[in-house]
Amino acid sequence: HLATSLPLPSERDHLRPRIDLIVFMIDIKSKYSLKNVETSLAYVDASFFLGKVCFLVTGVGRVNACGIDTNAVCKLGETYCSPVLFCELELEGIRAATAQRLVRMLQICAGHIPGVSALSFVLLMRKSDDD
Amino acid sequence: QNADPQKTAFLLRKAWTLYSVTPLHGFRRARLRDYARLLSASIAAEKQKGLAVEVGVELDIKVALSSLADLRGSELDEAALLVQLSSRSRASSSNSEDKLVWSGWFCSMFGDDLSENVPEHFTCLPLFLTHGAESYTSLVGSWFQKTFDCCFRRLAISPLNLSWMVAMWAGCKLDRAASAVELVFSVPRLSQPLDISYAIHPEDAKALWDTVQKTPGEITQEEVDVFMDCLYAHFHRHFKIHLSAAKLVKVSTAIASAHCDGIVKILHSQYLPGVLMLLTELAISQIQ
Repeated sequence: HLATSLPLPSERDHLRPRIDLIVFMIDIKSKYSLKNVETSLAYVDASFFLGKVCFLVTGVGRVNACGIDTNAVCKLGETYCSPVLFCELELEGIRAATAQRLVRMLQICAGHIPGVSALSFVLLMRKSDDD
Repeated sequence: QNADPQKTAFLLRKAWTLYSVTPLHGFRRARLRDYARLLSASIAAEKQKGLAVEVGVELDIKVALSSLADLRGSELDEAALLVQLSSRSRASSSNSEDKLVWSGWFCSMFGDDLSENVPEHFTCLPLFLTHGAESYTSLVGSWFQKTFDCCFRRLAISPLNLSWMVAMWAGCKLDRAASAVELVFSVPRLSQPLDISYAIHPEDAKALWDTVQKTPGEITQEEVDVFMDCLYAHFHRHFKIHLSAAKLVKVSTAIASAHCDGIVKILHSQYLPGVLMLLTELAISQIQ
């Protein structure tokens, strides 16, 4: 399911299945997309930040078109205890690899992988902070 | 370090195309005359090969290399190196003046980040600025590449860096009436490209920057973000367009203007070192 911003329209709440993972997409060329994500984060229930949120920064192949400060994005990831992935959607290989990665994360968040839960992501984030 | 304004006046009000250059190997400042001769011969040879620069006109290209001793940041920087190509038409009389057809200069303004890590026999002049026909740039560039084993790359300026520039330059104090602060945006993904030009009164821009900047002489990314966000919000209030979603391609102030393709024009001699320092930094980060 794709949405340009949050909150999702309430009319369809009863039809909506359970949400297992939220991927916030930030276009490195667009300051607006970062602002949009920052505003949308306010509408996300705190329980999602236990491993069910991740930030996906796209367009990183074009360094010269960079419109946002990547340090700010990394800090956003730290603040919300969620991983930040960088990718370039215009390159097919990276696009496919990123999609696979997201599906894998989704499987874990939906509880389809025995022995691993979304909380594992939070623990991984915590570990790198201690190092 | 203040370079003699008369000597650097020729740098102002010209559109310079920017390149980053890797360190030059085996460059000796004492041999400038020899280099000029060799470069001249190289250009003449290329012309013979048929890579004619000016079609149908008989032109002799004279090459001059000189040092601009004062154009550097600190003693650790190499002095700037100026290359000038002049032509004298063979048809005209012998006492006619040479006409300057192309100029390019190498420069390092506080480029210690690069020069302190470089082995012996290497000369660091990471910023290269050219003005004149691309064909001459290419001839000069290839000769330098062959002779000093260096590498030239066009220096593009990202929207992020352009916003730093406009925030810094809009905040500069100017005694006379200044020209407007202008930002040009290009709107992506439309069937016909759309450019939006946003002009701000220079005093308003400076007043805004003064409320944002906390420590004089220091600028942080947060301050630049706040400055730009205010400009975007103001524009959105009036036109309901999110400029933050468009691509910032050019900024113009009374100090200098810069285009994302790596073209700058410096308008004020007082701020020449400041602008060059920023450009040197960009060139170095492109090299590393």
